[in-house]
Amino acid sequence: MPIITLTINGQPVSLDAWDPAMPLLHALRGPLDFQGAKPGCGLAQCGACTVLLDDEPVRACVVPVSSASGRRVTTIEAGGTPEAPDRLQAAFIAEGAAQCGYCTPGMIMSARALLARTPHPTAEQIKDALSGNLCRCGAYTRVLRAVLRASGG
Amino acid sequence: MTSRRELLQSLGAGLVVGFTLEAVPRAIDAQAPAAAAIGVRPVDPNQVDSFLAIHPEGAVTIYTSKVDVGTGMRVAIAQMAAEELGLPIERITVVGGDTGLCPNTGGTGGSTGLTRGGTAVRQAAATARQALLARGGLRLGRPAGELTIDGGEVRPVDGGPGLGIGALTDNGLLSLAVDPDAPLTPPGHYRVVGTSPSRPDMPAKCTGRHTYVQDLRLRGMLHARVIRPPAPGARLRSVDESSLDGIPDVRVVRIESFLAVAAPDEWAAVRAASALNATWTEVNELPGHDRLDEWVRRGVVERNQVIVNRGSPVAPADAGSSEDDARALEAVLAGAARRFSASYFWPNQSHASLGPSAAVADVREDGETTIWTSSQVTFGLRSTLARLFGLQPGRVRVIFVEGSGSYGTNGADHAAADAVLLSKTLRLPVRVQWTRQDEHAWDPKGPQQLIDLRAGVDASGRILAWDTEMWIPENRRGPRSVLAADTAGIPHESGRDAAAIFENGDPPYEADRVRVLAHWMRDTPLNTSNLRAPGKPANVFAVEGFVDEICAALGVDPLMFRVERLSDPRALEVVRRAAAAFGWQARPSPNLKARQGDLLTGRGMAYVRYKGTENYVATFMDVDVDPATGRIAVRRVVCAHDCGLVVNPDALRNQIEGAIVQTLSRALHEEITFDTARVTSVDWASYPILTFRELPEIEVILVERPEEALWGAGEAATVPVAAALGNAVFDATGVRLRRVPLTTERVKAALSTP
Repeated sequence: MPIITLTINGQPVSLDAWDPAMPLLHALRGPLDFQGAKPGCGLAQCGACTVLLDDEPVRACVVPVSSASGRRVTTIEAGGTPEAPDRLQAAFIAEGAAQCGYCTPGMIMSARALLARTPHPTAEQIKDALSGNLCRCGAYTRVLRAVLRASGG
Repeated sequence: MTSRRELLQSLGAGLVVGFTLEAVPRAIDAQAPAAAAIGVRPVDPNQVDSFLAIHPEGAVTIYTSKVDVGTGMRVAIAQMAAEELGLPIERITVVGGDTGLCPNTGGTGGSTGLTRGGTAVRQAAATARQALLARGGLRLGRPAGELTIDGGEVRPVDGGPGLGIGALTDNGLLSLAVDPDAPLTPPGHYRVVGTSPSRPDMPAKCTGRHTYVQDLRLRGMLHARVIRPPAPGARLRSVDESSLDGIPDVRVVRIESFLAVAAPDEWAAVRAASALNATWTEVNELPGHDRLDEWVRRGVVERNQVIVNRGSPVAPADAGSSEDDARALEAVLAGAARRFSASYFWPNQSHASLGPSAAVADVREDGETTIWTSSQVTFGLRSTLARLFGLQPGRVRVIFVEGSGSYGTNGADHAAADAVLLSKTLRLPVRVQWTRQDEHAWDPKGPQQLIDLRAGVDASGRILAWDTEMWIPENRRGPRSVLAADTAGIPHESGRDAAAIFENGDPPYEADRVRVLAHWMRDTPLNTSNLRAPGKPANVFAVEGFVDEICAALGVDPLMFRVERLSDPRALEVVRRAAAAFGWQARPSPNLKARQGDLLTGRGMAYVRYKGTENYVATFMDVDVDPATGRIAVRRVVCAHDCGLVVNPDALRNQIEGAIVQTLSRALHEEITFDTARVTSVDWASYPILTFRELPEIEVILVERPEEALWGAGEAATVPVAAALGNAVFDATGVRLRRVPLTTERVKAALSTP
């Protein structure tokens, strides 16, 4: 069985993948025990599974784990903990930017990628960058405020 | 494959294994006995100890059947308890929906979480306070009247040492009946209720550590996928298990037409579900969604029911059989100076939960069963599943674990049944995870609603008579049909329940004679359930749209027309405050000259008193309409909301904002499509919802009345949204759309129709 090595949140990881076409999302949520990224559609339509692959936001549900080989994956767990959230997560908490929270890890990862390249985005830029992250509860208003808050805007 | 333990070791100390602030461990040891076996806690809703447990160090755990599905229910209930117990909110934990631990004060829905669940907890806490003061008084040698309870301590008002409440119980128990007369803290003395402590689930949700039902793992469990029939009622003909060659360690379960695969490795189950060759019978029994309104109108009426009959000398119960009453109504309509009629339609819609439903079940050899589910009604589910699968209810424990937002009854109950059937069959714990397609196709739907309206108005604009007729699928007694039981050939009596879809079919405005007549239909193509504010966004889309049509015909300002016909001061308050914040210009609709570049602009409003007796909500909005594409852009929404006492204003605002966004989505984009066999809108491309780009500016005005009773607020703000949108589009374009969703195709077609 092929062994795939990759880095997750700065840590080297080795994975026996009996099926190299298995999506990265399944590897993360299964053997690697990172449950933050969520299963939403398996079709790259909702953004709930968003992680960073070499700093770019991707939908882990359609990235075969083999294509993550040798690359850096960053998940929501990299940012901080409930007791010590990072700046972006803390902004979400302060704004109450979630209802059920299922879309929240994906929202935060997309926002993280945006802020890395555009530190002070406009509201329009935020809405655009997060347009692939669906929120069925309708918490977009607060997510927008949270990203603006985190960017110091 | 690397074991989890080996993997953790290879990662070293740097790996953070997440734990949530919730009491739900992600990894549950199926071999160990349940954390608190059934029978350890009292669950009689007449006993204080059923609702709260006081720990030795003075922290309190609250137990309630009401669950938090992302609404903030748990912080609001904690606040209500904290107020009565004089305890800082950080020391209160709320456990919801565990049938083994919680008293049953009803399921979650119908905006009853705080009105029933919260008030029950509050009364238990007030009873506890009374008892703690009495006990503290005995120990301190002071009359209870000289004592206060604050910060977890009973102590004299005039100073001196006190006693921790944890020391005033008998091993955590008070052994008291709930006293319905135990005094509650009066509004003027609120310290916690009416403030906005942050929701305790927020930090975990924002750091990826919150455990959802989709995340649960039991040691020794199998992951399962159920393979659905290609159409409801299709029977399984053959299964070729050799099609699974090469996929490790997969089991196939077939019980008549119930077909599933299960494996210790989830990806194997996913691969197997896709690879398994199965053949089914063909069924084409659905009418298709196109022209569903006509299908409804032609349908068989099971019975007629007069829902409202104001201004008639005949009582509503008699009106159905009173020919004179009906004739009198027709005479008033016929004799009116101006007569109006219109027909509105609302299609099937889905809860469209972002996270497809999941459940874990562990049915043991001896019948002891544990089910982890995001069902909003765990006690009802326990009864249904016990009966269906031959289990003793007393030995079934249903534990609520949050899923993604459910907004009523989504696929969660079905997923739980799938898991129980599989666990019972395989004699192992089983986790069932629905796919996106499963959730969209098979969740019970919001019902289709056809609404005809007629009104007669005199020369001065007085409404002489108003008649609403609605064609809606009949609700039937009994739990809803269960997919697993249907396909597995397990006979079960089932009902139909889309909840109170007949409410708010009457105008809240002064009118001499108002009748609402429901035609309860025998048939409905798709299974239905309660979808947020059942039936009411549709009914008010019709009623408030029709009021606007009357205003336009009379050439009067829609706001003024409504204000002149409302007398309830609370109604007028929300309407006026929202209008003022919005900046409403008094004039008739439409205003076809208003432009923003090439875009047509308009404004609309709607008002409702939820269920006729609860929250007052007024909603105003600005839209742009692009005549070239038919695209509607909502610019700004202002909503004023009065639900009496507000427990947590920030959590309430969050709910109202979400309700507005969600219902704009339903009004602009959502319609279940189905052909003669099956639902065809099975992903986000075929069932689009509102995206971030479409987010309008939203202003929420809370009218707080702490001296009034509280009403629940999870639903009411959804109700005027579609109507305000339709009215704004009319104002901008002069075109009246009477059917949602207001898609670009429909808008374009309407604009190009002369």
